[in-house]
Amino acid sequence: MSAIIHGAGAATALTTFNSKKLVAPCRTNLPARSKRCIVVAGSDDASKSFGSSSVLSVRRPQKLIANAVATKTDTSATTGHELLLFEALQEGLEEEMDRDPHVCVMGEDVGHYGGSYKVTKGLADKFGDLRVLDTPICENAFTGMGIGAAMTGLRPVIEGMNMGFLLLAFNQISNNCGMLHYTSGGQFTIPVVIRGPGGVGRQLGAEHSQRLESYFQSIPGIQMVACSTPYNAKGLMKAAIRSENPVILFEHVLLYNLKEKIPDDDYICNLEEAEMVRPGEHITILTYSRMRYHVMQAAKTLVNKGYDPEVIDIRSLKPFDLYTIGNSVKKTHRVLIVEECMRTGGIGASLTAAINENFHDYLDAPVMCLSSQDVPTPYAGTLEEWTVVQPAQIVTAVEQLCQ
Amino acid sequence: MAIWFARSRNIVSSLRHNLNLSGILSKRDYSPRPAFTNSQLSSRSVFLDSITSLRHESTAVEKQHDLVQQSDEEDVQELDFPGGKLGYTSEMKFIPESSPKRVPCYRVLDEDGRIISDSDFIPVSEQLAVRMYEQMATLQVMDHIFYEAQRQGRISFFITTVGEEAVNIASAAALSPDDVVLPQYREPGVLLWRGFTLQEFANQCFGNKADHGKGRQMPVHYGSNRYNYFTVSSPIATQLPQAAGVGYSLKMEKKNACAVTFIGDGGTSEGDFHAGLNFAAVMEAPVVFICRNNGWAISTHISEQFRSDGIVVKGQAYGIRSIRVDGNDALAVYSAVRSAREMAVTEQRPVLIEAMTYRVGHHSTSDDSTKYRAADEIQYWKMSRNPVNRFKKWVEDNGWWSEEDESKLRSNARKQLLQAIQASEKWDKPPLTELFSDVYDVKTKNLEEQELGLRELVEKQPQDYPPGFHI
Repeated sequence: MSAIIHGAGAATALTTFNSKKLVAPCRTNLPARSKRCIVVAGSDDASKSFGSSSVLSVRRPQKLIANAVATKTDTSATTGHELLLFEALQEGLEEEMDRDPHVCVMGEDVGHYGGSYKVTKGLADKFGDLRVLDTPICENAFTGMGIGAAMTGLRPVIEGMNMGFLLLAFNQISNNCGMLHYTSGGQFTIPVVIRGPGGVGRQLGAEHSQRLESYFQSIPGIQMVACSTPYNAKGLMKAAIRSENPVILFEHVLLYNLKEKIPDDDYICNLEEAEMVRPGEHITILTYSRMRYHVMQAAKTLVNKGYDPEVIDIRSLKPFDLYTIGNSVKKTHRVLIVEECMRTGGIGASLTAAINENFHDYLDAPVMCLSSQDVPTPYAGTLEEWTVVQPAQIVTAVEQLCQ
Repeated sequence: MAIWFARSRNIVSSLRHNLNLSGILSKRDYSPRPAFTNSQLSSRSVFLDSITSLRHESTAVEKQHDLVQQSDEEDVQELDFPGGKLGYTSEMKFIPESSPKRVPCYRVLDEDGRIISDSDFIPVSEQLAVRMYEQMATLQVMDHIFYEAQRQGRISFFITTVGEEAVNIASAAALSPDDVVLPQYREPGVLLWRGFTLQEFANQCFGNKADHGKGRQMPVHYGSNRYNYFTVSSPIATQLPQAAGVGYSLKMEKKNACAVTFIGDGGTSEGDFHAGLNFAAVMEAPVVFICRNNGWAISTHISEQFRSDGIVVKGQAYGIRSIRVDGNDALAVYSAVRSAREMAVTEQRPVLIEAMTYRVGHHSTSDDSTKYRAADEIQYWKMSRNPVNRFKKWVEDNGWWSEEDESKLRSNARKQLLQAIQASEKWDKPPLTELFSDVYDVKTKNLEEQELGLRELVEKQPQDYPPGFHI
């Protein structure tokens, strides 16, 4: 656990670097899809880039960012506050519940227990037992309940104790949540947020290490986002609650204790935008959730070896932000996707197809996708480690692609 | 009216009382208004005798009182467990899987349309009764004509309500317009009652551009936010947990309304039935669950669906007040639903109603029920146990309806329906733009691209697309 956080700690400093530039203009949830260009802030100093060993041609002389992690240009040095990711989620949830009395929370043990990962801690005391509802154990039922409540005017936030348990709610999510707005001819809206921790944790066993984004990605009518830092966790939570569409917010079991300083003022993150984590020139690395930190760790190694990777946290899993991704591909001409999903039918598989279809002409090499193997996640620590993409693999893949 | 109403509430309490089951119900009894008449008690005294033989026959000696005893008896030593105190017994006794006598159903009208003496029921005015009958008859005509239209190939699919008109209309009449209805698919009568026109029904079946659902759902999957009728969704029983959610929402907003949801006998086997009832009970949500026990789930007879005494006995398992009602008796259904609704709203609790009825028609137009049941069984229920005829007799006996009214109503309805169908058939189907709208509130980039792609394709090769398939 500690290794991840150390890597994350370093990386989080970077995330504030560009994400603020991304988000600051869009204070409110824009109804129309914004085509605003995502600013890629790189320094423009024209100086020698890197050692002679590289074969890559640099299209534009640019000062290589020496660290994988840029120094934090802290624009809100005095006005931010530091907190952990689960606290950021809770803050976002609490602010939205204060703002709109229709927002309510339902799930198992979310009330006085505060939720299994403490995301709803303190909310039952503040808003009461009815608004922060402890439900009996039936995922299909409380998801259905949330849908019924949403169709009648509430804005429920449905928590799955673990994303894997939401497989039991698949019927309600697919046949009703995603569909009823469409099949009713627009008469009923379902502004629910379905959230919970997923992904491979530390020896939690196969049933608690599911990556449900693979299974849900086909369902028409829903949106899927994955948070990875306290900043985007709070922003995405708030945006998801305000959205009129059903949104599934994927959190990761291992990221709840990340610490970061976030702004004091009200902000949201656009649900359909990707986040530029580290701009670069040589290769585009697309990732999301926990793998972002493995990528950033690999990025440190890569920079020392003389590469300049561009790291994008795609954040929006459905629909993909092909605009940001496309701009990056057009710049670097090489793509590596790093995901935690399984090889077959994962987010990476869909993203590979989308990139190949749309940006084929811009690619100098085939799109490479690093994913987990098609195996249930084993319990044994060593086995589990081998089933998740590790930074060393990422470095090797980049070296291979950049030959 | 108030007296009748109070007495009708007591039906439940008297049934419970007489079945001696109050001991295992929740401690919070609702306050009964004692209004037992002698005739009521005497009619149930036969009942009481048979109830004492509730126990399992294989237990040799009856040394102790009923296992299901009132807990406030003297000298009962109690044990503390999570969930409260309970008494104990050293005699090993299993609760029988069924009681020797089934739960009786509540009925007010006999088969000849005459009110059974000393019935408890909420009286129905002439205006209401005539309207109820008219709607039941209209529903019959609607079923007949749409079914024929499907057979002629004009619509692709249809589900009739034949035999269940009383459940449909009488329950709708007992509700307020603010009550949110979550149907299964055999309850168009509720929508008809609330004001959905025959033209609107036809539009949905034809999926034309005037359809409120914009042509996106199969026929009979009606929906109307205007009339608080949630769009029908094909999977069975998914509406039950949603009803708990609606009840929860109404409870949060303290509205004077309840959620009303329908399910068939087959649907009660779904996990969502268990979950929906359990949740509604725990949340203390104002939901009325109406189960239409019509004997058949496509070809599965109820004897193959469950082994309990129908659905009414299941209510108690969740701590839900329940009643079994003769679903083909419009007056009984009206009283029961009306009482249940009041209970749900004023006491903030769910109520379960099992309406016994019979599915005279096929499951749908994709089914031929003569393949799995006897034709004379169907005929019997259609002719001798017809709920519409039964109610008609009562209305006629009151002098509120005549044969002339009958023929006028039926021919009018028929004419309107034929016109509606002809009009619906001619109208255009929804345009291409409606293929991609309403998936989200605003189209995403990939949907816009897909729409553009399809549009280009149609423009390039219009001859490959059906006529009238326009942009």
